[in-house]
Amino acid sequence: MSTTTKSNAQLFMDGILKENPIFKLALSMCPAVGISTSVMNGVLLGTAVLFVQVFSSCTISLVRNYIHPKIRIPTYTLTIATWVTVIDLVLAAYVPGAYKAMGMFVRLIVAFAIITMRLEMFACKEPVHKSFVDAVGMGLGFMFGMIVLGAVRELLGSGMLLGYDVLGFKPLLFFVLPSAGFFVVGLMMAFFNWIEVAYNRRKEV
Amino acid sequence: MKGLRQYQWLAGLFVVALLLVGCKTEHPFVKKTQFKDTDKMVITFAAPVDEAWATDVRNFSAYEEPDPDIRLTIKEAALSPDGTTLTLIFEVPLNTGEAHIVNTTNIVSEGQDLGAAELTVKKLYFGVLLTVVLGAALINNFVFTKYLGLCVFFGTSQKRGTAIGMGIVFTLVMVFAATMAWALYQFVLKPYQLTFLNIVVFIGLVSLSVQGVDTVLRKVNPVLFKAFGLFLVLVIANCIAIAVPLILADNEYTGWESFSLALGAGLGFLIALFLMACAREKLELGQVPPSFRGLPIAFVTAGLFALAFLGFSGLSIY
Repeated sequence: MSTTTKSNAQLFMDGILKENPIFKLALSMCPAVGISTSVMNGVLLGTAVLFVQVFSSCTISLVRNYIHPKIRIPTYTLTIATWVTVIDLVLAAYVPGAYKAMGMFVRLIVAFAIITMRLEMFACKEPVHKSFVDAVGMGLGFMFGMIVLGAVRELLGSGMLLGYDVLGFKPLLFFVLPSAGFFVVGLMMAFFNWIEVAYNRRKEV
Repeated sequence: MKGLRQYQWLAGLFVVALLLVGCKTEHPFVKKTQFKDTDKMVITFAAPVDEAWATDVRNFSAYEEPDPDIRLTIKEAALSPDGTTLTLIFEVPLNTGEAHIVNTTNIVSEGQDLGAAELTVKKLYFGVLLTVVLGAALINNFVFTKYLGLCVFFGTSQKRGTAIGMGIVFTLVMVFAATMAWALYQFVLKPYQLTFLNIVVFIGLVSLSVQGVDTVLRKVNPVLFKAFGLFLVLVIANCIAIAVPLILADNEYTGWESFSLALGAGLGFLIALFLMACAREKLELGQVPPSFRGLPIAFVTAGLFALAFLGFSGLSIY
């Protein structure tokens, strides 16, 4: 049944680096722009996405042989919506402060393209353990992207990291303004492209 | 038979008379009442009133229509120089979404006693609806100030034709889905205390609406379907489509307000897409550094638009 030849380690690392959901696949950009103002936000939303991704992938992978191909997309949507409801209620009950800071984004995980895409491309064909590894890789990749963005914005915008004062002054207040999210994401993407181009050129020489 | 007709006519007249009496709570001397800012009310009289009467706050008492027991404290009453416009300034901001009642003692104008008045101060409903539409389209633009729907936004803003098509289809589906979501939320989910199912129900509803519009359009107007059918699938992938029902459920919007919110969200998305498509068509001709080509420069452009849209936050209509 398995169609992939990649090892588990490869699958795992692909999600974090080669197919990073934020910087490489450019999917689920809304939270990357909207609430990447601090590292803590990144960690929390990353955890929520990781949870939903892992549980949805495993659920779909378990029942993959019983889903009629014509109704597979509604099945994915309902599965994701169920797990999002679970994490939404859990977060609202146990960390109400941080939940408020994230606004609607926890509930909007339901519309994140990255999760549906992994179900369609991977979990509906592969056995449970491979889907699990893939989902963890993708979820951590998303979390990694959010943390990097949050760290850049928090450090440059308010001179802090995880709420601790690191620099003692505020270099560029502009970076914590909501609209700076677009600039930071754009600049980071350009930066990663630049590294890739430079790396490939060096390999050719 | 003829006698019955006569009675019907009489009954009709009676009802009309009742309605007239019911409507006539305003004082004939008062021309207009309205809110100003968040803590002021403006009362316009037909002719100048006496300053000594008007500027004494003890002559007025105000309360929100649902709770007559809670009297609102009036800090100051200011009369305009010509004596026809009275501004009541309150100590705390008013809940201007609710109708307020102002009771006055006998109005004194040029020495004459014109009797006491009970005035209703409320926002005009169309004004409220227009505020919701403009608020969702410009002030809180879903793309540039709420950062939602970005995947579809960057995906379909490469050409102007695509941008307009996507914007129109999205607006239509959104209005349909949001109105249904409001009805479902108010009449099914809330009475049976199933609000925790919001996410599941709304995402299902949006998918169903898209499927419904797809089927109807395919049969009714195949030409239009060929042009716009492609965008229908993308509506589901747009997080605005699920955000609008969640917002209207959280804020307990009424039916027409939900309709306006969806319309505003759709129009805002259309405006954002069109602006972005215009900018990106020009960018194609520009010399962009290689590592910025494609999405990175699009993000920087969107950032500039977002900064420009911050300017709309000063726009207050009502």
